[in-house]
Amino acid sequence: MARLELQHLRKQFAPHVIPVKDISLTVEDGEFLTLLGPSGCGKSTLLRLVAGLDQPTHGQVIVGGTDLTFQPPGDRNMAMVFQSYALYPHMTVAENISASLKIRKVAASEIQQRIGVVSEKLGLNHLLDRKPGKLSGGQRQRVALARALVRNPEVFLLDEPLSNLDALLREQVREELKQIFNAQNKPVVYVTHDQTEAMTLSSKVAVLLDGMVQQLDPPSRIYTHPANRFVAGFVGSPQMNFLELNCENSMARVGAFSIPVPTEVGERSQIDLGIRPEDLRLAQADETPTFRGRVTLVENFGREQLVTVQVAATTTKIRMVIPPDQEWDEQDIAVVLEPAKIHWFDSKTGDRVTSSVA
Amino acid sequence: MPMTPDTRRQRESRTGWILMTPALMILALVFAYPILRAFWLSTFTQNLGTQLNAEFSGLTNYARLIGDSRFWQSLWNTSLFTAFSISLELLIGLVFALILNQTFRGRGLVRTVALIPWALPTAVMGLAWAWIFNDQFGVVNDLLIRLGFIQERITWLGEPTRAMLALICADVWKTTPFIAILLLAGLQSIPGDLYEAHAIDGASPWQSFRHITLPLIAPQILIALLFRFAQSFGIFDLVQVMTGGGPAGATETVSIYIYATVRRYLDFGYGAALVVVTFLILIVAVLLTAGLLSKTRVNLTGD
Repeated sequence: MARLELQHLRKQFAPHVIPVKDISLTVEDGEFLTLLGPSGCGKSTLLRLVAGLDQPTHGQVIVGGTDLTFQPPGDRNMAMVFQSYALYPHMTVAENISASLKIRKVAASEIQQRIGVVSEKLGLNHLLDRKPGKLSGGQRQRVALARALVRNPEVFLLDEPLSNLDALLREQVREELKQIFNAQNKPVVYVTHDQTEAMTLSSKVAVLLDGMVQQLDPPSRIYTHPANRFVAGFVGSPQMNFLELNCENSMARVGAFSIPVPTEVGERSQIDLGIRPEDLRLAQADETPTFRGRVTLVENFGREQLVTVQVAATTTKIRMVIPPDQEWDEQDIAVVLEPAKIHWFDSKTGDRVTSSVA
Repeated sequence: MPMTPDTRRQRESRTGWILMTPALMILALVFAYPILRAFWLSTFTQNLGTQLNAEFSGLTNYARLIGDSRFWQSLWNTSLFTAFSISLELLIGLVFALILNQTFRGRGLVRTVALIPWALPTAVMGLAWAWIFNDQFGVVNDLLIRLGFIQERITWLGEPTRAMLALICADVWKTTPFIAILLLAGLQSIPGDLYEAHAIDGASPWQSFRHITLPLIAPQILIALLFRFAQSFGIFDLVQVMTGGGPAGATETVSIYIYATVRRYLDFGYGAALVVVTFLILIVAVLLTAGLLSKTRVNLTGD
């Protein structure tokens, strides 16, 4: 049993350089936690604090009940996969994989056996005698992974391990990663700025901004119940539409059209409305549209079309996803917003003000 | 007329040779000719005994060389000087490089200042070191007496072992910065995350130094060795200024001996034979190092 606990971690480099402000997280055995956020949000710094490559200004890193905050990285029994892979260029694949075991004075026969198991699992058998310089990007990535797996550590740390792979390979390796770490049953902390990786791999996602956790939830909930405007805008592609609207008598105004505001939001003069492009649709013939508008841009993705609509008599633009087989009137398109799919955010704080999303 | 690929390639190759001709001619003039000329000269006896006329004598000069104890003495002196100065320079240079590779305030300034000894003309710093080791007025004797290590002033440059020691000291002082800067370039090409990965693998700083740093700067170490060996083996200026090869030939290097043979004894044929032998020794050493170098080249970025 080795649950990973982070308690009030803070890292301050200079009076106004505080990449990690106050973060507390718990990762259980077998849990796959992704730290998701834009560059500069503190996710990599947080990972380095966990690994022991940097010392926190205050706060604790605890694994299985043991406080490791002041232990050097080598004594934490954590394995890390680097974004650059950080393979030792002068060592063969086998030497790279076994370096940590040799340092820990594991018996030679056991080292051989463990290299065999890991290289079998990752398909590296025929590459063991090569040097990293002679490997492709995907192969190097596997070696980096093998180096982490062979140690059988208590915690796995991965720092954007897929960002140096091309798109097709990334998808393959993503699937493999999921299988491999499902089987490990250890806490995994995974850093990425890629929401697809976060959504597909994780059992829990922590969305980070400015050194603070914005939301900590399972991926599906991050998607359906974003805690604030930032999370809502960061997760989901194409991005969620945001409208800053004036309210009157529980109705939000978009030009000449109005959208009912749920009662639990309360009386406000201003409200931010968020709606994902896929939650908008064309109005049926017998249906009252939420609004009408003019099409200003069509982007065809093959599977679907992303249509930008300018609401009639306003400058407000909304993007919506329309299946390829549907047709519309360029000049007068009728659009329906499902009330249940609308996210309401406080116009000042950006925090979510309702949980009424189906 | 259409050209076949073959004739085109022939033409291109001919153009290539034409373009290279000037460079090849200059190479032949400044490298090949002097070397061949020295070989040629070494098969003649041309000295005061022959009234400076060149008389063909085959390999007589080489036979004389084998029995020439002064030559072997100078070769021994040179080897001693080379071995000690290079080892010390590598060791101290590596320490310097490791220090300069750390981030600290004023690092840029320190790096520049560290290079000053290397930038000084050898003759100038040689004179300075001769004064430093001067037995009457030298600062070394002064310091040692003040610190109580010695009672009487020591003759540094007048005693065989100590004169060699003084020479090595001066050479180390002058050349260590060069090696430090060369090794520093090697250190800076090592990505920092290798050390981080190694630390996570459980390595101590000393293990990282042995298993990451040393193997990855091996090419720079060998280049430093190669440069320094070639320079050190042919050392002339420093010795000429500080000891003139004395006392009693105790610090006479091969270059000094060759200089004396040709310019003082006007023994051109024998001098040429000495040059040829030295040249061959140097070439063998350089080829050995270059061979090692091509084996240690590793690709740091992995691309």
